[in-house]
Formats: sequence, structure tokens, C-alpha cells
Amino acid sequence: MSSWLQKHISKIVIAPSFAIILVFVYGFIGWTVYISFTKTKLLPKYTLIGTHQYEKLFSTPRWYVALENLFVFSGLFILIAIVIGLLLAILLDQKIRTEGFLRTIFLYPMAISFIVTGTAWKWILNPQNGIEAVVRSWGFESFRFDWLINSDMAIYTVVIAAVWQASGFVMALFLAGLRSVDQEIIKAAMVDGIPTSRIYSGIIIPSLAPIFLSAVIVLAHLSIKAFDLVVSLTGGGPGYSTDLPATFMYTMAFSRGNVGQAAASAVVMLTIVVAVIVPYLYSEMRSRHD
Amino acid sequence: MNNTQQNETNEMADNKILVIKNLDKNFGSTQVLKNIDITIDEGDFLVLVGPSGCGKSTLLNCIAGLEEITSGEIIIDNLDMTSVAPKDRNIAMVFQSYALYPTMNVEKNITFGMKVRGESVQAQQAALKNVSDVLQIGDLLKRKPAQLSGGQRQRVAMGRALVRNPRLFLFDEPLSNLDAKLRVEMRAEIKKLHQKLQTSIVYVTHDQTEAMNLATKLAVMKGGVLQQLGAPQEIYDKPNSIFVAGFIGSPAMNLIKGVAFKNQDELFFRTQLNGETIQISIDHYESEQKIVEGQDITLGIRPEYITGMKPVDIEEKMIISVMLNPVLIETNGFDKHVNLEFGDGEIGGRFTPQEQIIYGQPVLTYMDFSNISLFDSQTEKRL
Amino acid sequence: MTNHVLAGTAQSQLKSRFWHKAARFSLYAILGIFALFYIMPLFVMVITSLKSLDEIHQGGLLSLPENITFEPWKVAWSSACAGVSCVGLKGYFLNSMVMVVPAVFISTLIGAINGYALMHWKFKGSEIIFALLLFGCFIPFQIVLLPMAILLGKIKLSGSFSGLIMVHAVYGIPFTTMFFRNYYMTIPTELVKAAKIDGAGFFRIFYSIFLPLSPPIIVVTIIWEFTNIWNDFLFGISFSEPGTQPITVALNNIVNSTTGVKEYNVDMAAAIIAALPTLLVYIVAGKYFIRGLSAGSVKG
Repeated sequence: MSSWLQKHISKIVIAPSFAIILVFVYGFIGWTVYISFTKTKLLPKYTLIGTHQYEKLFSTPRWYVALENLFVFSGLFILIAIVIGLLLAILLDQKIRTEGFLRTIFLYPMAISFIVTGTAWKWILNPQNGIEAVVRSWGFESFRFDWLINSDMAIYTVVIAAVWQASGFVMALFLAGLRSVDQEIIKAAMVDGIPTSRIYSGIIIPSLAPIFLSAVIVLAHLSIKAFDLVVSLTGGGPGYSTDLPATFMYTMAFSRGNVGQAAASAVVMLTIVVAVIVPYLYSEMRSRHD
Repeated sequence: MNNTQQNETNEMADNKILVIKNLDKNFGSTQVLKNIDITIDEGDFLVLVGPSGCGKSTLLNCIAGLEEITSGEIIIDNLDMTSVAPKDRNIAMVFQSYALYPTMNVEKNITFGMKVRGESVQAQQAALKNVSDVLQIGDLLKRKPAQLSGGQRQRVAMGRALVRNPRLFLFDEPLSNLDAKLRVEMRAEIKKLHQKLQTSIVYVTHDQTEAMNLATKLAVMKGGVLQQLGAPQEIYDKPNSIFVAGFIGSPAMNLIKGVAFKNQDELFFRTQLNGETIQISIDHYESEQKIVEGQDITLGIRPEYITGMKPVDIEEKMIISVMLNPVLIETNGFDKHVNLEFGDGEIGGRFTPQEQIIYGQPVLTYMDFSNISLFDSQTEKRL
Repeated sequence: MTNHVLAGTAQSQLKSRFWHKAARFSLYAILGIFALFYIMPLFVMVITSLKSLDEIHQGGLLSLPENITFEPWKVAWSSACAGVSCVGLKGYFLNSMVMVVPAVFISTLIGAINGYALMHWKFKGSEIIFALLLFGCFIPFQIVLLPMAILLGKIKLSGSFSGLIMVHAVYGIPFTTMFFRNYYMTIPTELVKAAKIDGAGFFRIFYSIFLPLSPPIIVVTIIWEFTNIWNDFLFGISFSEPGTQPITVALNNIVNSTTGVKEYNVDMAAAIIAALPTLLVYIVAGKYFIRGLSAGSVKG
């Protein structure tokens, strides 16, 4: 191989991927952003007309429902998944004999598709045959658990299913973190006579701060993208009570044929993601350079 | 390694095997190597030594061609190699982490380069045999690097370098991953190998003892600048700056601040010790630069000239005896290294094991100023 | 291990053996309850899929089937209806396979070379390129749906397998590149230097030295990509047509099919079939699966 080629081979190898990402990520983002500032309806129109699409978007009640749902859903989902994940990790960290087996059980939902999860929980939560029927058959005749068909509560069923799917993963993250805590610090604390509970609350859990951060990031990211789960569990319903920006965008794009609104809503989604991710990525990159 | 080459060596005794001219190296806007000039002869063992970050490893990588240089020239065996690929520079390199290919066994590690260059299997096997005999690694050939001890890996790494039969060997801190005992053993072995094969070597280390032990030529570096280049003993005896004086030699050279002072045409060094003025004649000192009266100078004296027994055959005026308080006593077995309170600071001396030195009891200490170095306190350069 | 050290203190602090045992018992009890919560949906799916519709209508979500029947599985596999087409999941299962295999292969291969180049053959701007690539891991794919649909139309790949393979491969590259780059970060650059002096070039070093070291990360990457693409729904529903739909889309269509009687047992059997390949991967190679998950989230 000639020395010129050898000198530039790395660039040559990277170039196609870079070009692909430039087009398919940045180019497409650019296109969508551009379209969101035009009066595009079904077919793309390329005349810029300013923020018309956004004004329209933010005067749509359904969009507000989707945004509100996003915040309720992601807030609860992140919080509960982290609490359960951390709890399970700490419990599993107590020299549990069946740890491997339990870990497998806690984590398997992460392997399956949101569509399957939605299908399963839809069946479990449906009032006629699901949990409500089971509890009633135990003699609690007045038991009601109809969140799935209750438009005020349906979003919480999405939270339940999502927590079921992702909390085991959070557990795995925390467990790995617990296992990598410097054992000498713990020994030092023990020599100082500090009780186990204080070792956890004072030393171990604070040292897991980076894991909290990445767990929040991953879960936030999952919840913004959550589309499949809502489609399969509630179909966005009852009505549009469980719409998320992701389903709103899809409906606009492919059912309503309103590409302009779809583009504007997708841009808002991206903005939320960027607001969460970019500071994180930036701090990660910086800390690695230091 | 083979006879023809040794003959060549003898014929071309003054052959310059490596010439580095005005070498500059920048990483972005930071200058990591500044105007380096080094020349070594065939058969030389050049050691690049300096504190971490001094640029010695970068310089080695530049010689290898693994880093591009910003300006200057690198000539290896009379060929301009400045912009030649590493594989064509007729060099071999041994790395700090050994850099053995983890998935290949020892044999394949050693012959990989020959295989890449398309040499015949017979040639590969012959070279392998030769090298494994020299390094006594014949029974390790089928093992993977992970199954070798540190010392064995070190040998294999050297084997991979030897098999190339290069004009110049490059060693990048090859012993720093070994434990202390093994390091001394391997150090001796590298030295013997150098004697036996009469190879030319450039060797990087941060350990000045290792550097002194191995080098026929020593290059002390700091901050990307070559501080001093010369034979190890020459650098030890005549360090050309305060930095080199402090860096080479362990325990370090004692540095005492004072002023130059003239009395009846005789030049003295004057300093204060516990309120008393001490004057030492420095008339005998062969200075490279003129010392003027009132100049701030720093006097360097090695610990072996600070002892508990009066030196013999030394002019009386070169010796000062003082009572000094020991603050640190380190026993080596063959001697004692003692730190003594000296004004605001400390000086280190060497005492024999027979001398009783006890904390809290001042010791009668003889300072022999017949062999000193003088530096300008401002420029920190040798006078 | 933490637990090893801490168990010691726990022991010394608990005054009596009784309290120690009680604590251990409640520990196991809590873990057991959680385990039931996690296993319950799978359990419900399995037993429901083995019941007849009559038995299901009698109630008893959690009761074991009285007469086990595999009929729902047969129906789910070969004749379940999505709308008017009653062909089961069989064909869609194959569709997913046809898409997953090349997409995983392409993105893994490209990721390996990219990771190697970006880590060990750095050039001016290579870090920025990596950062730009990494950002691709985080974008919500909604932002690219519209232009992708238009592009696929323009290059005549709408609804085709090739189109879907391309989409999956392209958006897999940021992940695979990151996986390989971070893995190769643990391989000392001195190896590359040594090989360069030995005369090996870019591809020779990759092939002779890096590839033999890569099986762990290749497994992690393949599992990650396989799971992601198999479980994908968004691209599937957006860019496929009836003949090329992946299994997730077909499952959703079957479950939400409003014609005829609702066959919950068939729905559940279909859901399990759709989940089976990734579950199998998880059970066989759980260690690598978890490693991929963590690597995919904790960007190193």
C-alpha cells in the first residue's frame, strides 16, 4: 500500500459512515426542522412561513395532552424504576444464594419488545378478565381496577408496564455499580465501626451518583421514544388520553396526513431530548478529557 | 548477531548510526520537542532520561516514525528517514507494555513481522531458532503471552525486536513493568546483550539509576529540551545545570546558595550557616564562565564528599568540619545515608556503617570541597 | 465483593441468631414477591395461550389450564387474522429474520472498522466525528421518519426489505461504532505501534490483531442489534407494506384486529412467538446481553 494511502486510510474508511450519518441524521433533522417552518400539509412545500406550524401545534388540545402525558409518564417511570432498581440491587447485594436466578427473572422483560409487553399487560389489566376479575373472584365483589379504560388513569397503566420492563435493567446498572465500589473504603468504614445501613447511605449510594445520572438519562430517553408501548397497550386511548408526543407525531404523519404538524412535533421531541442529552454528553466528554 | 555485521561494525567504527538535526515536534499549538540535536555512533547505547512529560518517549516515537515531526531531520544509518514509514526505517522497538500480540503464541509473535514482509517459512524458522537460543526462550514458543511471566514477556518482546536484525534498537521504558529484583536482572541482561551483539540502542527511561547503568551516552531532557548530552560519568561529574545536578545521582547533589567573594585575588564562595559565615576557596574550580564578585551562585556538592572521616590527600583549605544535627538516618548496609540539618535546610552525606550516628547528637561532619559544581543562581547554568 | 464484607458487619451487629434469621427471611420474602411480579406476565401469557376460549371466559387469569390445548399456538403461527388476511405469524417471523440478519451483519461490520479507525488511527477531527456519530444514538427516530419516507419513495425502496434493512443498518452504525470504539479503547495503542514497525498496515493489523481479540464485543454487538431490530416497531410500521411487515407489526395487527371473536389465547401465543427469539438470546447469552445494555447506556 502506498504511503499516501496508508497515511489517509483511516479517513477514507470513516468517510462513508460519516457521510451516511451526515445525511441520515443531520440532513434529515435539518429537513424536518425546515419543513416545520413551512406551510406543508400533506405534501412538502418549501416556502418558509415562520412559526405558523408551532403556533398551530401549541393551540391543539391533543398536543397538550401528549406533552402533559410525557411529563407525568416519564416523571413517574423514571422515579419508580430507579427506586425499584436500586432497592433490588441492594437486596441482591446481600449474599443472596439465588442471585443469578433472580437477576435473570428481573431482567428478562428488557429482552422483549414493547409490543409484546403492551399485549401482555393489556390482557392482565383489562377489567373483564384481568386483575379486577381475579380479585373479585376472591370475594372482593366491589373491587375496581379499570385504569386501562379510564381516561384519567390509563396513562398510569403505561407507567406500570414500562416500569415492569425497565426496572430490572436499572437494577443491573446499580448492581454493577455496587460491585465496583472500592472495597478498601468499605473495610475502612467497618474498622471505624460504622453500621451497615450508614455504610450504604453515607458511602456506597453517594458513590453511585454517576449511575443515577446514566439511569435517568437512559430512562428519560426511553420514555421520550416510547411509542410502541402506548400503541400496543392503550392505542393512545381511551380517546387520545394516553397520547404521547411520539404517537401524536405518528398520527399526524401517517393517519392525518399532516406532515407539517408531524414535523413540528418531532422537532419539539428532538428539542426535549437535546435539552436532556447534550449537557450529559458534554460533561461526559469533558470528564474524559480531564 | 552475525559475523558480517560485526565486521562491518569494526570497519565503520565512526559510522553515525543516528543523527537527529534540529528536531521540532508540536502537538497542535504545544511544542513538545524543541530543537533537538543528537548524534550517536554505531554501537552506542543512548539513554534518553528525564522526568515524565519531558518528551523522551515522544522523541523515541519520532525516531521510530510513529509520530510525524514538525521540522528537522532524522538520519538513520546515513539514510534520511524523516518521512519514511516505520517499517522501512530498519529499526525494531521494545515497548513498556511489551505489546505482544495477545492472540498469537510466542513463535507467531516473533515471526509476525517476517510473515508480513513475505519471508519464507525456512527463513522465519531459522531466525526464530537463532533468537530463541540467544534469549533462551525455546521452551516458551507455543505459549500465549497471557501464560508468560513479566520477565518472560520481556524476553519475547526483545526476541521480536532481535529477529528483525535492525540497524537500530529502540526501547521504551522496557523494564518499568517489572518488579525491582527482576528489573535489575533484566537490566544486566540487556547490557550483556548489547556488549555481545554490539548493537546500537536508543533507550528511554525515567529512572536515572537505570540510565546511568546502561548508557554509553546519556541524554537528559526536560520540558522538550535536551539539557545535556554526554557520557554518564561526565554528566555525573559536571552537570551543566541545577536541574541535571538534581536529577542525576541518588541521593541528589546538595545545593547550597551563596555569593562569590574575592579576597586578595583569591575567589571564595561565601554562605551563612547558623549565623556564621562560611568561606570556601573556589579558586581551583575550572569554570567555563567567568565568575564575578558579588554574583549569586549555587554550590553543588555530592553526598559522598560529606562524610564523618577526614579525607586524606586533600588540601586543608578545601575541607570544612562542622557539627551538624542528623534528621534522617537511612542504612543501606554498605553505608549510611544521613540527612543533616544545615541552616534552614538539609544536606545529605554518606557515612560508614561503623560510625555511630544517633538522633539528637550532633555529628562531626567533614565537607570536602575539592570536587564541586558551581551554578549561576539566576540562570541555573553551570559556571 | 460488597456483600461479602458487609455480611460480616451485619452478622456482628445482629445480637441474636433469631433476628439474623428473621432479617434473612424477610429479605428473601421481599425478593420473592418482586420475582412473582416480574414473572407474572410471562406466566399469564403462557397459561392463557394453553387454554381454550371457553375456559378463558370462565375467568381465572391466574389459574392453570384444565385442558391444555396447543390449538392457539397453531392458529397464531399459521392462521391468525389481522384484518382480513388470516395467515398467522409464520410469514412475518420470516420477514423479521430476512431483515434482521443482513442489517445486523452490515452494521456490526461497519461498526468494527469504524471503532478501530476512530480509536487507533486518530486523525485531526476524528474525535469530533465520533461525537457527531454518538449523537445518532440519542435522537428520537420520529425526527427522521418523514424525510426517510420521502427518500425511500424516491429511490424506489418504499415498503421493500432492502429499504428496511438500510434503515436499520444506518441507525445501527452509531451504536456499533460506539461499542467497538469503547472496546478497542482497552487495547493498548502500543500493539498498533509494534505491528506498524513489523510492517503491517491498517487492514492487516485489523485482521491479524484486532479481529482475533474481538469475539466478546462482536457477540455483544450482534445481540444488541438483533434485539433492537427484532423488537423494532416504529420503522416497521412506518416503512413496511403488508408483504414485508416485521413480526411486531403483525402481532399488533392481530391483537388489535376487530373482526370476529377476540381470541385472547391466540393473542398470547402470538406474543410469546414474537418474543421467543430475543428471549432465547437472553437466556443463552445473558451475560453479553447485559453487557450490551450497560455499554449502550453508559457511554464510556
